[in-house]
Amino acid sequence: MIPNEKPVAVNVKREKFSPLPDLNHKRKAKLSQLFVALVLTVLGIAFMLPFFWMVISSFKTDAEILSLPLTILPENVTFEHYIDLFVNLNFLTYLKNTLLIVLASFFGLLLTAMAGYAFAKHKFKGSNVLFIGVLATMMIPGQVTMIPVYLMLNQMGLTNTMTGIVLPGLVGAFGVFLFRQFMTTIPEEMLEAARLDGASEFRIFFSIVLPMSKPILAVQGILTFIGAWNSFLWPLIIANDEALYTLSVGLALLQGQHGGNYALQMAGATFMVVPIIIIFMIFQKYIIEGYNISGMK
Amino acid sequence: MKQFLNDRAPYLLVAPTVLLLLMFSIMPLFIAFFMSFTDMDLAGIANWANIEWIGLTNYIEIFKDEVFIQALLNTVVYVVIGVPIVIGLSLAIAMSINFGTGKVFEWFRVVFYMPSITNVVAVAVVWGFLFNPQYGLFNFLLNTVGLPDVPWLQDPFVAKLSLIMLAVWRAVGINMIIFLAALQGIPRTYYEAAALDGASTFQQMFKITIPLLRYAIFFVTVTTLIGWIQFFEEPLIMTEGGPLNSTTSLALFIYNNGFQLSNFGYAAAGSVVLFILIITVTLIQFRLQKSENNY
Repeated sequence: MIPNEKPVAVNVKREKFSPLPDLNHKRKAKLSQLFVALVLTVLGIAFMLPFFWMVISSFKTDAEILSLPLTILPENVTFEHYIDLFVNLNFLTYLKNTLLIVLASFFGLLLTAMAGYAFAKHKFKGSNVLFIGVLATMMIPGQVTMIPVYLMLNQMGLTNTMTGIVLPGLVGAFGVFLFRQFMTTIPEEMLEAARLDGASEFRIFFSIVLPMSKPILAVQGILTFIGAWNSFLWPLIIANDEALYTLSVGLALLQGQHGGNYALQMAGATFMVVPIIIIFMIFQKYIIEGYNISGMK
Repeated sequence: MKQFLNDRAPYLLVAPTVLLLLMFSIMPLFIAFFMSFTDMDLAGIANWANIEWIGLTNYIEIFKDEVFIQALLNTVVYVVIGVPIVIGLSLAIAMSINFGTGKVFEWFRVVFYMPSITNVVAVAVVWGFLFNPQYGLFNFLLNTVGLPDVPWLQDPFVAKLSLIMLAVWRAVGINMIIFLAALQGIPRTYYEAAALDGASTFQQMFKITIPLLRYAIFFVTVTTLIGWIQFFEEPLIMTEGGPLNSTTSLALFIYNNGFQLSNFGYAAAGSVVLFILIITVTLIQFRLQKSENNY
């Protein structure tokens, strides 16, 4: 499946004897590349179709979106639904709550990095057992822990609070694993030198380990942001009060209450999705490369 | 004091994470197991004295529960149809992208990965609109090319397929990235040697690429299977399990019993069944992988 760069080069040598087969070969390779690109383009457009339709529909008027036959592009572009979201609906509150969760999850990320550092660079009593225990939590499905965690938070009086929403998902085993994988590559000599200079372990973590972990921090930071921005299940379970709803819970509520108002729903969805798409476009290289750090390569 | 803290630094560094995981992951697992043998409900929350040990009653009841059996069968349908499509499609897209050399092909990675990172509620709301029988884009497109309407979310069986379609669309990206990383790890010299020996592209694909991707395929299969057994958000948001429970998954059954009906003990029994199912399927996978490696 991989284009034969070298064989082409070999053929170039042969060109002196018979230029024709080489030309054929080259043209064939070009043609098949073009064909694959064409197939991917058609499939790619199909994949993007829901996003296009979402954005286009959010600018249509209520009358237009419920008129048949369907129009592709909006006849009268309107921003009324976006204004509606913030003026008549509580999207500003949802946005504030979502950003609070994002902030808290970055604190969680710091805790995860600290644990990753300890597992990568310190041999302490029980470190192996603890690390295996941490990894084992990845196998526990969310649906099993969902009800007990809810009851526990209820016992602690944390239902319907921001703390209750944030706490269950603050740290994750996969994050610890990724940080550990990356931080093992930091040269031991640097840490030793700092220790000889009398720096404390926490000082070393903040002024040497963290700055050297920028690539993995970038990946994890973006993924954490996306995860927190999208957080749905815990806010849904824990928050009874609309004042604590996040964007996704608010959007689900909107779908329930304004079932027929599709343009408004599309505006809400666009407001949730577009920032993520923009962030992803900017940082896609880091995210996609990040999977190579995880050792799949 | 400072020295004291420094000596215990590793423990202090891991403590927050370990404690949080212990509290919100490991402990709840045991509580769920314990709870599944009780009749825990709202009265039980109010006063622990109301909780009674009822042995295996929940498990006996649950396998007599028609909704649970239906949810189990629905989940089997989701897994059996969805997982092979996800793996096949993401592998095909990854190989096609890897085949290309131009800059365009890098953008395809972004395009196919994008659905994976977008919010599930937003996406479900958008697809709900696409599936709308009257004003939806899908039926409009079908009519345009002369095909009749499809009852996307109205027919019990078609509704399952519609949800699978949405879930496949969301799942392809991440697996494609994993396959791409693995593909780029295959040395080009293998293909050069094969090409010199006159192997066709298809021979190269089946004799070199697929065998060398075995580990990645195994990894993706295991994670995808685990994920699809827990199929949850799509039916929760789009159909609430309807029509007639035809889209209720095991996970949605647990959620409904726990949070809608407050039958916590009963829901916990359902979640233990789900957990056992996941472990069994994963162990079978590992066993199969092992026997394959023997030759």
